[in-house]
Amino acid sequence: MSDVIISFAKVNKWFGQFHVLRDIDLDVARGERIVICGPSGSGKSTLIRCINRLEEHQEGHLSVDGVELTDDVKAIEKVRREVGMVFQQFNLFPHLTVLENLTLAPTWVGKMPKKEAEERAMAQLERVRIAEQARKYPLQLSGGQQQRVAIARSLCLTPKIMLFDEPTSALDPEMIKEVLDVMIDLAGQGITMLCVTHEMGFARSVADRVIFMDQGQIIEQNSPTEFFANPRSDRTRDFLSKILSH
Amino acid sequence: MASTEQQSPATPPASTGGTKTSRWRSRAFRGLAYQVILVVVVLLVGGYLAGNTLENMRVRGIQSGFGFFLQPAGFGIGESMIEYDSSEPYWKAFVVGLSNTLRVAVVGIVLTTLFGTLLGIGRLSRNFLLRTLCTAYVELFRNVPVLLQLLMWYFVLTDWLPDMSAALNPVTGFFLSKNGLSFPIPVWSAGHFATLLGLGGGIAAAWWHARRARHAFEISGAQWPVLWPAIGMLVAGTLIGWLVGGMPGAIDMPERGELNISGGGAVTPEFIAVTMGLTIYTAAFVAEIVRSGIQAVPRGQSEAANSLGLSRAQNLRLVLLPQAMRVIIPPVTNQYLNLTKNSSLAVAIGYPDLVSISNTTLNQTGRAVECILVMMTVYLVLSLLTAALTNWYNTRMAIKER
Ligand SMILES: Nc1ncnc2c1ncn2[C@@H]1O[C@H](COP(=O)(O)OP(=O)(O)OP(=O)(O)O)[C@@H](O)[C@H]1O
Ligand SMILES: [Mg+2]
Repeated sequence: MSDVIISFAKVNKWFGQFHVLRDIDLDVARGERIVICGPSGSGKSTLIRCINRLEEHQEGHLSVDGVELTDDVKAIEKVRREVGMVFQQFNLFPHLTVLENLTLAPTWVGKMPKKEAEERAMAQLERVRIAEQARKYPLQLSGGQQQRVAIARSLCLTPKIMLFDEPTSALDPEMIKEVLDVMIDLAGQGITMLCVTHEMGFARSVADRVIFMDQGQIIEQNSPTEFFANPRSDRTRDFLSKILSH
Repeated sequence: MASTEQQSPATPPASTGGTKTSRWRSRAFRGLAYQVILVVVVLLVGGYLAGNTLENMRVRGIQSGFGFFLQPAGFGIGESMIEYDSSEPYWKAFVVGLSNTLRVAVVGIVLTTLFGTLLGIGRLSRNFLLRTLCTAYVELFRNVPVLLQLLMWYFVLTDWLPDMSAALNPVTGFFLSKNGLSFPIPVWSAGHFATLLGLGGGIAAAWWHARRARHAFEISGAQWPVLWPAIGMLVAGTLIGWLVGGMPGAIDMPERGELNISGGGAVTPEFIAVTMGLTIYTAAFVAEIVRSGIQAVPRGQSEAANSLGLSRAQNLRLVLLPQAMRVIIPPVTNQYLNLTKNSSLAVAIGYPDLVSISNTTLNQTGRAVECILVMMTVYLVLSLLTAALTNWYNTRMAIKER
């Protein structure tokens, strides 16, 4: 088992003419917790969506847990089973109950007995402190509750890597904390995490490394203490002054 | 109307407002008053028109009433699923017409649903050729008037196909000619009861197997094959029943005679043209509805499904289609209704549907009002039944929100 679980090597991506990722080189160690920040449109979402191939890169190499991501469908399937993802808009399945949302992938993708899938789903719901809502439908829950269900859902296939794309930006302030608490718990359990967020408190307390992106490039990366205390590039300083001022 | 003063103190004040509001100004009262006025106006206008019409008809000596329905019709009908001859009364002719309309509607709706759904999914395929073909189909067939299409199919069937004496015989027992399609049918005999029983047993076994498979899936996650075993059970059941019934083997085979094809079952070119034309036309609309229904599901749903590792087929079946259904069903039922109503265009190529029979009756008896009333009532009832079904389905499928 190698120490590096995700490795970008000279990865480039375009949307039509628009060069959205430029020469991305990034190695993520097993168990590492990374926070990615940067201005809107800088390519943060695109970067992490490449990891489970929701977006495909056009140049360079990207491998996840030893599997190189290409057009190979089997490779994509294998990677997707090891990577969980949480979206800004939750993306729960509205026609299924909370419990069914959680058991869908384990039964159909993991071929797990339904009983077992339900037991594990309930355990995950306990973990995000929402077990009592199992029989409800997603749209009957608050935003914070929905996001916790989404986190539980992505944990049901016991992924090695968790991707978070601005998981708290669609939430009212009083719900942000309940979601961050769940994420902090998770971070303490040794799972590899990549999180796009502007919650700098979270970055400080949890991240091993903070990455700053702008215009499709990784401008700067450092430990949170260094990153916030001594930003090296002007663009980082500029960005930090904007988001830390309020 | 109970005024608020009379309500028991335990009940909260009604939304009609405080006790001071006069009942003339309460919203509920006004709503009721408007409805009563509307009904009275409609009745008055309707009564005036009806009275006027009857008076005019009386003055001109036109007879009215539905009594003529019991008189012999005196005309034959080209094709019928029900025994009928020209000495039978008009009402029987109408029933035959209705059955012909329903035959086109039912066969057309089933075929349209299958074909339209496949086309709609095909339009979203990643395969360029398939996608383009489906798009071309949709654009072509929904933009040409349906009457034209019916006429075209009818002429293709009756002009390009050979005469009966030189009927095409692509498969043994099947003959295709200007006069339609002839095919073998089994001759009914008592032994077939056993065959039917066997089929029933096969259905029961298949149903039981599907239940056990679902149970097994829930208990152990084992995914038993269901489709093929079920088909096997149906076939085996039917076969056993047939063997037990003494293997009744008489089959009515169409035979090529000197000039024509005799025996077997047959469908007319009129029926084929109407059913095929309406199916091909309506399927284009259904395809569009299915496509837009699937596309109406937010992108995030597919992304979540993909990120969980569901395959494209699983995504379609477990995530997209169930959500798209709620968008798809109402306009698709509308298309079913359109298909049923469009079947009245069959009159243009001489298929004896309800409208065609009604026209003939009207010409023979001169009872225009009655004939048109009957037709309108039938189509109205069909529409209302479909609407009721749709409503029932919609309430069942509604996504639960808070
Ligand atoms: N499917 C797409 N087609 C074309 N352009 C796209 C697509 N997705 C994203 N883009 C563009 O790529 C750029 C980077 O997008 P991305 O979503 O990765 O930014 P981001 O850093 O996550 O921004 P935000 O903070 O607003 O979420 C943006 O300019 C966006 O408009
Ligand atoms: Mg983003």
